[in-house]
Amino acid sequence: MTDLAWIDGALAAARPQAVAALLRYFRDLDTAEEAFQDACLRALKAWPVNGPPRDPTAWLIMVGRNAALDQVRRRARQDPLPPEEALSDLDDAETSLADRLDGSHYRDDVLRLLFICCHPDLPPTQQIALALRIVSGIPVRRIASAFLVGEAAMEQRITRAKARIARADVPFEAPGPAERAERLAAVAAMIYLVFNEGYSATGEAVDERAGLADEAIRLARLLLRLFPAEPEVMGLAALLLLQHARTPARFDADGAIILLEDQDRTRWDGKLIAEGLALLDKALRHARPGPYQVQAAIAALQARADRPEDTDWRQIDLLYATLERLQPSPVVTLNRAVAVAKHRGPADALALVEPLGERLDGYFHFHGVRGAFLMQLGRRAEAREAFGRAIALAGSAAEAAHIRQHLDRLQADAAVASAAASS
Amino acid sequence: MLYAILCYDNEDVVCSWTKDEDAAVMAKLAVVQDKLRKEGRLGPVARLLPTTAATTVRKGAEPLILDGPFAETKEQLLGFYIVECETLDDAVTVAKDLAKASSSNGSYELRPIGFYAAPEGRAP
Repeated sequence: MTDLAWIDGALAAARPQAVAALLRYFRDLDTAEEAFQDACLRALKAWPVNGPPRDPTAWLIMVGRNAALDQVRRRARQDPLPPEEALSDLDDAETSLADRLDGSHYRDDVLRLLFICCHPDLPPTQQIALALRIVSGIPVRRIASAFLVGEAAMEQRITRAKARIARADVPFEAPGPAERAERLAAVAAMIYLVFNEGYSATGEAVDERAGLADEAIRLARLLLRLFPAEPEVMGLAALLLLQHARTPARFDADGAIILLEDQDRTRWDGKLIAEGLALLDKALRHARPGPYQVQAAIAALQARADRPEDTDWRQIDLLYATLERLQPSPVVTLNRAVAVAKHRGPADALALVEPLGERLDGYFHFHGVRGAFLMQLGRRAEAREAFGRAIALAGSAAEAAHIRQHLDRLQADAAVASAAASS
Repeated sequence: MLYAILCYDNEDVVCSWTKDEDAAVMAKLAVVQDKLRKEGRLGPVARLLPTTAATTVRKGAEPLILDGPFAETKEQLLGFYIVECETLDDAVTVAKDLAKASSSNGSYELRPIGFYAAPEGRAP
């Protein structure tokens, strides 16, 4: 790795904390971002010559803050601060000042920065775009291509989101315990959204969005370092790691989806699974279950099965039942039905999903899953109808192609049956 | 003398490596390891999961179980090697070779080992 590559890594790692601290100084996202950019440019000049500072984050906060103050003063036609050479080598007094300014607020700073990005006034797509831009520092061009829109459109979307936040007036005092818990929950949900944007991508979008799942895991680890004793944060990180571990096995050479039970499990990422299982173990010790922990526990049961037939579906059924209680949703019930089908059979599973028809009528997976149960029960005409509905609702070519395979199989079965009947 | 070579680095930086960057560093480190292995000097080698996966048991009348590493530090213990070295100079040479293979900004702590229980009771 070259020196510059190392500096890139250090700048990326320092970004959330540095931008968050600068945001607290200036209480304005644009100013904080510009100050950080400025500090990065100076780091690229100073670090290769002077060597890396002992505390890169403190250096960036200090230099960024001074650069922005300099700007403000220049605009006010006052005397500028001393030139940057004087700042590029922080002495101990300045370092400890930066530490003092930053250390005690560090946790709430970063939480505030993340929370601002998932402000309830913002629609989910804007929350994700803003977090990727501001916290992760991903260039607008790359965010735009992940969302399949033009760079100008994404730039505008981010600008609008920032304007909305500025109006929303997020308080800068350290939050109380209740508010902190609320922020934590909102931030966890936003990180999960970022992950899903990456994970649920199919077809051409897979490559464009591959980085989003990694980015979400980085954010989850960041949140976990801030709140090392929160079981739901451990659960979130575990869930993302365990799901992401399957990524290398999820698509075939043509980009078609490979279902869990057909995946080559030797291609799952063992290191991510180990980390996910370790975090889940830690979380369960706290005996304070929550939706992320339960979902992680489900993913863990799947990760622990070397072969699909080794999966403990009865336990997964129980966990989904727990999730239904914690977070009632027809989609959770639909997922539970899949587990029920595996260990109690398609009739029980179908009985579980039939009452969901009204609420999930516009949901691709509902018709796909229901069709599969009907097919297993030999109710071919109804299965064909359900698959037809699913194809009409498919969000991608890969989803439609997957359902078409079922239809082809029904067709082939029907042909065999009619051949048998006529012979 | 057996030495533990403890690898400290900023895990924020190491965790932000892409898969390819990570694999490239691991491949370079493997070259150094192979050389030591051929000389019969290499003991166990471990790369630790991030400190977020760590738990601390604090000794006391009633041991205290804490999430995370014991101390919050700028650089974290990310892995270690056990290597047979004649002298401290030898250990320094090994650490320099490792440093060349992974030129991130961390450090290696060379700790002579006082007691070592090898797998199956053998020295490395």
